[in-house]
Formats: sequence, structure tokens, C-alpha cells
Amino acid sequence: MNTSTIGRISALLLRYFFLLRSSWPRVLEIAYWPTVQMIIWGFTSVHFSHSSPELTAGGILISAVLVWDSLFRSHISYTLSFLEEMWSRNLANLFVSPLRPWELVLSLATVSMIRTLIGMVPAALLAIPFFGVSVFELGLPLLGFFLNLVFTGWAISQAVTGILLRYGLGAESLTWMLPFLLAPFSCIYYPLETLPGWMQAIAQYLSTTYVFEGMRALILRGEWMPDLLWKAFVLNLLYFILGLGVFCFAFRSARNRGLLLQSGE
Amino acid sequence: MIPSEQVLKVDGLSKLFRSKLAVSELTFSLSTGSIVGLLGGNGAGKTTTLSMLLGLLKPTSGEIRLFGHDFIKDRHAVLHRMNFCSPYVDLPQRLTVHENLRVFARLYGVNNSANRIDELSEDFRLLDLMDQPIRRLSSGQKTRVSLAKAMINQPEFLLLDEPTASLSPDVSQWIRQRLMDYRDRTGATILFASHDMREVELLCDEVVMMSHGRLIEQGSPQALQERHQRDSLEEVFLALNEKGGGV
Repeated sequence: MNTSTIGRISALLLRYFFLLRSSWPRVLEIAYWPTVQMIIWGFTSVHFSHSSPELTAGGILISAVLVWDSLFRSHISYTLSFLEEMWSRNLANLFVSPLRPWELVLSLATVSMIRTLIGMVPAALLAIPFFGVSVFELGLPLLGFFLNLVFTGWAISQAVTGILLRYGLGAESLTWMLPFLLAPFSCIYYPLETLPGWMQAIAQYLSTTYVFEGMRALILRGEWMPDLLWKAFVLNLLYFILGLGVFCFAFRSARNRGLLLQSGE
Repeated sequence: MIPSEQVLKVDGLSKLFRSKLAVSELTFSLSTGSIVGLLGGNGAGKTTTLSMLLGLLKPTSGEIRLFGHDFIKDRHAVLHRMNFCSPYVDLPQRLTVHENLRVFARLYGVNNSANRIDELSEDFRLLDLMDQPIRRLSSGQKTRVSLAKAMINQPEFLLLDEPTASLSPDVSQWIRQRLMDYRDRTGATILFASHDMREVELLCDEVVMMSHGRLIEQGSPQALQERHQRDSLEEVFLALNEKGGGV
């Protein structure tokens, strides 16, 4: 990476920093939703712990919520930053500048990581005094679960931003829909065998399934299964490349159709 | 200044959108230090042409050579030497004028950006607006900021799409003067899309007239008036459009 590339990426990071600084609701929102989620599921977990303690052993519900949210937050942070450019009709300014599309991707991923950490860390820390659950006790594997899900979030974002480039803001709802499409198959709160056969067949091709199976094994049985994390990583790599392919294809198509100058609805 | 070598050479440039030919076999060149008006009515193909010259739109066929580079194949080799301003594009609305200029200065790798921003804020009378978010500015003020952004990297080739549209005559005149000063000071080449014939007459050394995606006439405003025996560029344009069944 040369100095010009670093300069251009830092320019975009500065742009998103200025944006955040200009609006305190935006800053608050980053930490607000993960914290609200954690509190709701925390009390649900407390309630279940009286009737069905096996469901909440080791803080599994709260951990699952927090880990799943890292996927959702990374995806939303990435895609919203891109949408900001579309909402402010600034995309053409970026694409006629020396900024290369892959530098834009790298900038959005960096912003996404920063925003995800800002959102997730306070929620994870608050879970300790509120419910006596510390995801940090998972140790190094937590980093593996977290990075894998952030990676999945980026893979989805690549495809969504590509679709936004090609179809405009009319496709904005995909931003919110796509992660939830994965959720039932990802076995966030239940083991894989809970799903019917056809859903299990789909679930085994999702990186998220392996992350949550691995997390359950660690929390419930104290069993660390790095092979599950590796499977998740390989699938994520595949999805990331696929997502990048969708973005590049959509970028070319938008450039062919003249959609970059008037990106909007 | 005396125009010399060619900055831009467009050869047989065409753009087909499905079955609609938006730009057809466009061929022209721009000399260093010239201000050239790209004239045409609505739907003439001006914005499509500008989009191709900015790399935002891929031509169906033809060639664009910018600073000697094959722009269609490797636009990134020259994008840092050009810039643009268009009413179709805004700057981030929540960012202040100063923040926007800082971001774009860094994006274009401007050395000593603080000085450059100071210069531009003086040149474009932005000193009192530097801490204002773009969304609070009037359209005239926004245009001045967009032009300052377009000059942040001291571009050698500047593309402007109707930069004075919807501005009052005094502000338009002031902007025209800034553009001429910039050209005289730096030797930059400016391509200026407009349908304001009077403005083009006042500002441009040369005119490229388009109608229905085709180049219909090219030359200096005076030469075109003489050639077509008309008193103004507007009359030339109307006569040519009538001939070609335009508008």
C-alpha cells in the first residue's frame, strides 16, 4: 500500500469522523441498539434461568446476542457509510477523484470495524454488572468468533452496496433485510439439529452456523473446536470474494449505464 | 496565453443506451489553456459527454486521450490532474465548508493543504462560511464551495457542468471572472457545458456545439457568427438546430 493510497483512505476516514462529530444522535445510535438488545435478552435470560436453566447456562443467550450483533453492526456500519454518500449525492465526487474502488471498500471496512467496536464494547462491558455475563471470559476464541462474523457482515455489505450502485436507493431495504434472512439458518440461539433437514442442508453452507456451534460447544461443554472456526473462515473468504465480485460487477454495470453521476432513486 | 499542445483528444466517441444513441461519433480536441464551451439544448448529449470525460460513464466506442494517456483504459493515471463541478452532484451536507475542503484536499493528495484551503477561501469569498455546514448555504454559496472543491488540487483540466445555472447575473459574472483568472494564472484547460449562449460568448475561446448527440459545429464564437452570418451565438445555435430539426 503506497502513501497515496493511505492518504485517500485516511481522507474517507476523516470524512466519516466529521460526519459522526456533526451529529450526536448518530454517535449515540452506534452504542444504543447493541445495549438495548443486550438488556432485553439479558432479562429474557434471567426469566428463563428460573424455569429452564439449561437454556441460559453460562450466559449463552446474552453471548449469542452480542456475537450475532457484531455481524449485524459490521454490515450496517459498512452499508450506512456507503448510503451516506448516496444520500448526500457525493458518490460522483468520489469516483472522479483518484480514489480507487478497492480503496473505497477498504475505507468502508475500516469505518465499519471502528463503529462495530464502539457499539459492541460498551454493550459487552455493561452485560457484566447487569447480568454477571462476560463474553470476554471466552478468551481468544471470542476474537475468532467476532472477526468471523464481522467478515460475514462485510461480505453481505459488498453485495448490498453493489446492488445499491446498480439499482439505486430503491434497493435500500435490502440493507436491513439480508442479515435477517441468514438469522434463522445461522443457529444463533439453538443447535443445528433443531432445524428441519432442508434448513440444515442450507445452514451447513453458512459460516455463521459454525461460529455459533463453536461458541455453544465452548460455553456449554467447555470444548474448544478450532476446526469449526476454520470452516467458518474458509466459507467467509469465499463469500467475501463473491461479495466483492458482485460489487465489481455492479460498479461496471453502473458505469456502463451512467448511474454513477445520478445515483439515487 | 497562446494555446499549444493538446490536453484532450476525443476520437469517434459514442454512447449507446440500449437502442438510444446518446452520443454519436464525437471527435474534437482541446488545447492547453483554452476555455471551451460545450453547447447544446436539453438532451443534446452534453452531460453524457462530460460523464465519459470524467470516467463516470464507459463509452460504447471511441477513444479519449487525456494528457497523452488512454483515459478509457487507465483513468486513474490522470484523475489527480483534473476535477469537476456539476449541479447533479453535492458535497456532504452535514460537513462544514472547511471539513469538506480538508477531506477533498487529502483525497487529491494536496501538499500543504492548509495553505491551499486558505487561498481558496479567500479567492471564493468563503472566509465567513468556513464553519457552516453545506446544508445551510444558499445555492450561490454552494456553487462557490463546489468550485473551490473543484480547484482544490489546482487541476490542469477542469470540467464544469452548468456551474452558473440558477445563479444571479452578478454572481455568474463573478464566477466567470474567477475561471478566467484561474486559467490565466495556471494555464489550465476548462471545458464548460452550458446552454447559456451569452455566457459562453463571454467566457469561451472556442465552442463545441452538440445536437442529438452529434457535434454540429466547432470554432471560436466570433468565427461561428461570421461563418453563419449571425449576430450572436444564440442565433447560430437556433439556426443550426432548425436545420437539423433540433430541440
